[in-house]
Amino acid sequence: MLRRAITAWPTLLRVGFAEAVAYRAEFLVWILSTTMPFVMLALMSSVASEGKIEGFDQKDITAYYLATFLTRTLTGAWVVWEMTQEIRQGTMALRLLRPIHPFVSYASSNLAALPLRGMLAVPLLVVMLVVTPQGLTHDIRFLAAAVLAIAFAWALNFLIMACIGCVAFYAESATSLFEVWLGVWMILSGYLLPLALFPAPVRAVNEYLPFRLMVDLPVSLMLGRLDGQAALTGLATQAVWIAGVGTLAMVLWRSGIRRYQAFGG
Amino acid sequence: MGGWSKYRRLLWMQIRTSLTYAMQYRLDFLIEGVVSIFWVGVTLIPLIVVFGKRETIAGWTYDEALVVVGMFVLLKGVLEGAITPSLMAVVEHIRKGTLDFVLLKPADAQFLVSTTKLQPWSLIDVFGGAIVIVAAFVRMGTHPGPVQVAAGAGVLAAAVLVLYSIWILVISLAFFVVRVDNLSYLFTSIFDAARWPISVFRGPVRFAFTFILPLAVMTTYPAMALLGTLETSVLLASTLGALAFAVFARQVWKQAIRRYTSASS
Repeated sequence: MLRRAITAWPTLLRVGFAEAVAYRAEFLVWILSTTMPFVMLALMSSVASEGKIEGFDQKDITAYYLATFLTRTLTGAWVVWEMTQEIRQGTMALRLLRPIHPFVSYASSNLAALPLRGMLAVPLLVVMLVVTPQGLTHDIRFLAAAVLAIAFAWALNFLIMACIGCVAFYAESATSLFEVWLGVWMILSGYLLPLALFPAPVRAVNEYLPFRLMVDLPVSLMLGRLDGQAALTGLATQAVWIAGVGTLAMVLWRSGIRRYQAFGG
Repeated sequence: MGGWSKYRRLLWMQIRTSLTYAMQYRLDFLIEGVVSIFWVGVTLIPLIVVFGKRETIAGWTYDEALVVVGMFVLLKGVLEGAITPSLMAVVEHIRKGTLDFVLLKPADAQFLVSTTKLQPWSLIDVFGGAIVIVAAFVRMGTHPGPVQVAAGAGVLAAAVLVLYSIWILVISLAFFVVRVDNLSYLFTSIFDAARWPISVFRGPVRFAFTFILPLAVMTTYPAMALLGTLETSVLLASTLGALAFAVFARQVWKQAIRRYTSASS
């Protein structure tokens, strides 16, 4: 099973990349639609212009939201939409016929779009360096940690989406469930606001939740706001969550697919 | 043309059809409703958190900013419930070539396509927005006088007109390039910027959001009219501007329809 996946991987990536290129216009629109960091930037920059807020001055705020946009662009996945649609329409059956686990093919098509996303990420990085040269960390170790944290954040995002996608085997309302997840994620991940702005009790509870690992951690690493100890703890926590959610996704998939096959007769 | 009474009857018919259609999916109605209320919360939380740190932002107090957010939620409900679904249906018609059936009907085509699909559950957003506005005034301990209410309703109507006209222009574009569903997605994302008072934005962005894509007219001006801080000249200018824009959109639509007819014959 694993060997087959590894052999097929390059081809899957090529197919995924070709798909992304074929839908490049849609792709561009989709990335441009990530306006929320900039909408929040406008508000927070206006706030910070009247004085520092929780240690963030105006330049820090700009760097924060550019890094947030970058993280969002590079960690995006859409497996939940693919799964709910394919389960509802029955085309999931086609995917099951292939001698490869659907999670692998979803993951490859999501990852294959990375070069196109990267093409947008690079100019943004340049903008970031020009606008706030001090905003980005100059320590190569932290930059490397940030890259790793972004990769982990993508994996976590993908696996959580896969779990919610599996709900579609049982209930029609999987997309509504995902919307609720998305709303909570927006607030608690640091996507809308730096987590430092939240009241202490909220932050204390949030420590034990996965949300902050998906935006706050990569962004903090990029901006050099963490020490070495915190960076390593963060990466380790990400790894533990990935293992946990990955296991859950596999369990949900196994029991869901049994039900699905029963439907197909 | 049968005049006003015919169109009133027709509008009622269209609304009843949409309602009957929506009532087939009662559980969806309930779930969508809960999710809508949840999203109103997600919209409010950043504001609550940030105003926890500051008395005013860009010259707006918390309660005044709440009125703007209320207008935003309300308009989003109108956009998603009454404008987007109907006009997206036109894109489908154009793609499939079934627009001919609409054009053959003995009523105005723009009227027909604009009223075919209404999503009743978006009313929850409209009510939600209204509740946020009322709550803001209760917190302030004041209430707008009849003049302010009339002015607010007038500017809000102008806002809906502008929103609708932008959509008509987008749909007219569909006669030329067909794929505009992504454009609608992009527009919805940009509309997210309308949740803050316009004074949060600065420089060219504020100019663009006032004159080019008049988000200021849509939420900030109605809120200011309710609060009694909108100058009469701005009120008149934005109302007249909205009317002129609607007439312009209507002309473009007529041109586009003419092009469609000649292309298929």
